[in-house]
Amino acid sequence: MRYDVTLALNYDYGGPADHARNMLRVLPRDLPGRQLVSSEQVTVDPLPCERRDTVDFFGNRVTQLAFEEPVRQLEIKMHARVDVFAAEPAFDLSPRPETLCDDLAGLRDIGPNAPHHFLHASPRVPLDRDMTAWAQAQVPRGMTTCETVLQIGAALGRDMHFDSTVTDVDTPPAQAFRNRRGVCQDFSHVMIACLRGLGIPAGYVSGFLRTEPPVGQPRLSGADAMHAWVRAWCGGQAGWIEYDPTNTVVAGLDHLVIGYGRDYADIAPVRGAVRAAGLQMSGHTVDVVPWLSARGTMPV
Amino acid sequence: MTQEQSQTSAPGSAAVDVLLRDYLRQPGVADELFDPGGQIRPVWSAFLTELARLDPSDVDRSFARADQYLRDAGVFFRHYSSDPLQERAWPLSHVPVILAAHEWDTICSGLQQRADLLERVAADLYGAGELVRKGHLPARLIAGNPQWLRPMVGVQPASGHFLHSMAFEIGRGPDGRWFVLSDRAQAPSGAGFALENRMATTRIFPQPFPRARVQRLAGFFRAFRETMERLPDMSGRLSAILTPGPSTDTYFEHMYIARYLGLMLLEGDDLLVDDGEVKVRTVEGLKPIGVLWRRLDADFADPMELNEYSQIGTPGLVEALRSGYPHMINALGVGVLETRAMMAFLPKISEILTGETLRLPNIATWWCGQRAERDYVKKNVDRMVISDALSCALPFNIPDTDAGVSMRPGARQDRCLADRIDADGPALVGQEAVTLSTTPVWFNGRLVPRPMTVRVFAARTPEGWTFMPGGYARIGREGEATSLAMQDGGAVADVWIMNEARAPRDTLFGSGRTFREEPGFLPSRAADNLFWLGRYIERTESTIRLLRAYHHRFAEAGNPDEPLLRDLQAYLSGVGTDVTVPVPQALNDLLMAAQTCAGRVRDRFSTDGWAALQDLAATQTSMTGITEPGDEAARAMRVLLRKITAFSGLVHENMYRFTGWRFLSLGRALERSDAMAAALAQFADRSAPIGALDLMVEYGDSVMTHQRRYRIETGRQSVVDLLALDHDNPRAILFQLRAMCTMAEALPGAVDEGQVSDVLRMLLPLETELAVAHPDEMTTRRLTSLRSQLAEVSRVVSSRYLI
Repeated sequence: MRYDVTLALNYDYGGPADHARNMLRVLPRDLPGRQLVSSEQVTVDPLPCERRDTVDFFGNRVTQLAFEEPVRQLEIKMHARVDVFAAEPAFDLSPRPETLCDDLAGLRDIGPNAPHHFLHASPRVPLDRDMTAWAQAQVPRGMTTCETVLQIGAALGRDMHFDSTVTDVDTPPAQAFRNRRGVCQDFSHVMIACLRGLGIPAGYVSGFLRTEPPVGQPRLSGADAMHAWVRAWCGGQAGWIEYDPTNTVVAGLDHLVIGYGRDYADIAPVRGAVRAAGLQMSGHTVDVVPWLSARGTMPV
Repeated sequence: MTQEQSQTSAPGSAAVDVLLRDYLRQPGVADELFDPGGQIRPVWSAFLTELARLDPSDVDRSFARADQYLRDAGVFFRHYSSDPLQERAWPLSHVPVILAAHEWDTICSGLQQRADLLERVAADLYGAGELVRKGHLPARLIAGNPQWLRPMVGVQPASGHFLHSMAFEIGRGPDGRWFVLSDRAQAPSGAGFALENRMATTRIFPQPFPRARVQRLAGFFRAFRETMERLPDMSGRLSAILTPGPSTDTYFEHMYIARYLGLMLLEGDDLLVDDGEVKVRTVEGLKPIGVLWRRLDADFADPMELNEYSQIGTPGLVEALRSGYPHMINALGVGVLETRAMMAFLPKISEILTGETLRLPNIATWWCGQRAERDYVKKNVDRMVISDALSCALPFNIPDTDAGVSMRPGARQDRCLADRIDADGPALVGQEAVTLSTTPVWFNGRLVPRPMTVRVFAARTPEGWTFMPGGYARIGREGEATSLAMQDGGAVADVWIMNEARAPRDTLFGSGRTFREEPGFLPSRAADNLFWLGRYIERTESTIRLLRAYHHRFAEAGNPDEPLLRDLQAYLSGVGTDVTVPVPQALNDLLMAAQTCAGRVRDRFSTDGWAALQDLAATQTSMTGITEPGDEAARAMRVLLRKITAFSGLVHENMYRFTGWRFLSLGRALERSDAMAAALAQFADRSAPIGALDLMVEYGDSVMTHQRRYRIETGRQSVVDLLALDHDNPRAILFQLRAMCTMAEALPGAVDEGQVSDVLRMLLPLETELAVAHPDEMTTRRLTSLRSQLAEVSRVVSSRYLI
């Protein structure tokens, strides 16, 4: 499936910000066999005095910005054309979670894709007794790791409610879990904490989600969203699987990946630092338009 | 006859015996004073003989001299948990630990090998990653380690090295051999304290005899400082210490080393990344930094790429490091080397990387993430300390229990512990519960044995690692190795490395080369703190003067409803001061604010000035018992006034006239002219009650001058003339405006291409106006508008120099 993705982010500095710096992670990345980015552009207003496009430890694409003149507002626009390919349905070759540690011990790797990064507490996701206990209670004995991941994700979808009024970008997962409420970031952080609590390496995926308009209604532009879901490592043979706990689905053709991290902190779309001023998001629109429909001809 | 015997049978040996009567060594424990055969080690004999010559009261007096020195020098450290301004006196154990030079050389040779090994491990963990790939380090110990900083992977240090400064905590085991308890790489502390230990210990024995063969410490610092200067591309770039700030436990040391070596002392906020390079904001603009001696934990160094919640970092620092600068002592991320579990793998890594076994072993450590090791730990749990595998804390800080499970040997829950090890193996290490050697400390007029460890400081020079010869040992309080944490009340002792022959004299300043070139650039934050220190001190003084005047009059009139007293009360309450409380909270707040500012620029301050400020605050605190307004309160204010004058005197008599002093003085002058304008607007107003003009003259400390100059009763004209328009009266507004002009003219950029600075452009017309003004022109309205002009001056000073 081919998409045209556009993103517009607006930030307010709450006053002129001196020597502002920003780190953007908004560009989708190439993922062999899964996703291919064929054209892309990031524009920033006002124009920064320095700009560098790099790749971070996990292989995500980063745009570094620095401003010399005081900045009051910042507008970031991203456009990309992305092909997403369907994953081959595969046999569940994953071991049970209890024996996953043997697979892990045999892996002598600390490269970007090594599951070891995703096994421990990370800056935004501390391990949590309550979540671990809850997770253990959801999983009958004898399940494979893959089954466990799906089971935990489905259980979260069942018990947690989508609610954009109770959490913000800094809400700790334990709090979202206690309230059983939150947005995709909270769902993902909670699921990560649960899986790690069971000894399953789990990470955060930042990306875009294509949303279908209700039947009979036209697509509204700007109605799509930046999204987050989870990826989990299911052993040496099964590798990584991606699951979207907010929508209780395995990530598929509607999920476009920007990048991977241990949690939100590793892959936040905008990290900014300014002296003596706050950085507030003031606007956010996303369009994920299937390429054919963009031309007005829906495939049958 | 051996040397020990000849020493103990020498004159004074009976006294030595008395000294050692309570020195009861534990069986199976090594001792520094006695060798395994029960003989006094020869390196101690001169010291013991000297000590035995003194009677216990002389010893106490000598020790008190050392303590007095430390107090006078302002040596302190901070408690993590308590009030950030709470400082604790340095807990010196006065008896040094004495080691023979040949033994020390063996230790250093082992540590040199270890430092080189750790450098190679760091280079691999942030480079090729071969150690993990080949199975010499488990992947999860690195990938799960919060000290392994992913953004630093692939970043090569421009200096060519990750490690420049190291410390090692070492101890002597029961077999008499030394071993490493902990490697300190993140931001090793203690070298500055070691110097102070030495200065203090030196005062115990005024006669040089026992110290003549002790190796000196200063050369170590000289070598290190020279190395910093000789790093690549340092020309035109500044060297600085990067500190987390005054609420760190070792801030004293940061200040001390900055002063001792002539380095700038900077906080993360002093720095910014501009044009790809780290620069310091100074009152003369941005200046590039060449080397940062980092005393800040790496994770906090850059909120952009490391801990996003850090308030004390420099955004963009990591990105700047990718392009090379500044040199970091030590590189960000080397904290991973301190991980306790690393000790389990280093001996083998040494053999693999260098083909050599470790010359100095480290404490035997088993990582419970491997089956064989886990079983071994479980089987030998009664002689192990179990703890967090990823912890970087010193081994003394291991908690006795963790989640209710005893982590130490000898407890009765070994079953629980075994279960815990099974469940949580990869998160745990077992370490051999070694008993440390004992060393003498002075207790109730005798020497008694206490456990100890030695901290060894190492610095990289172009010729290789160099070691500080002694200086720092931790002394446990009770007879067990677990009580060594200083935060919990242990003590610190000097360590003397004794040569066979006399040690050459060696101090930093005697070396013919001085590091303090010119006073250097003043960071904007330091200037800001000095400016506000000046303002707060002056504001305090002004408040005290008004309070004194109030209570003085209250004592005479006895009636708070007199018009002048009512006005004064209202005036003071307008600035937040409640006169019904004899020592109002507002004074306390002002002094706290002054102390906070001063605390952040202590490296630019004389010890005496700091002590005077502390004394002032302590006096103010001790006066809270005064409950009655009137005479007693007036007397209290007189005492405070004397103390604050002492502080101002020290600052103005003794402080070098560099840029920092100018900001302090500018703040003071600004505050004083503003306070005077405010008071005149109120009390020299035509509607002011009777006695208000006399009050003004008293407030302006100008009673005598007024009498001499005008020989008349106070009138509005004479009072305004004396307190606003007099250029010879230091209390007058004009005098202070002139002072401000002089100060502003000496600030950087005062005149640029024929244009005066915006600060001067505001001050000069004011000064001219007041110089020719008649007292009648200084109406209440004019005085009030003058105050807003002064507020504007303050704002312009801030935006031009202080932000």
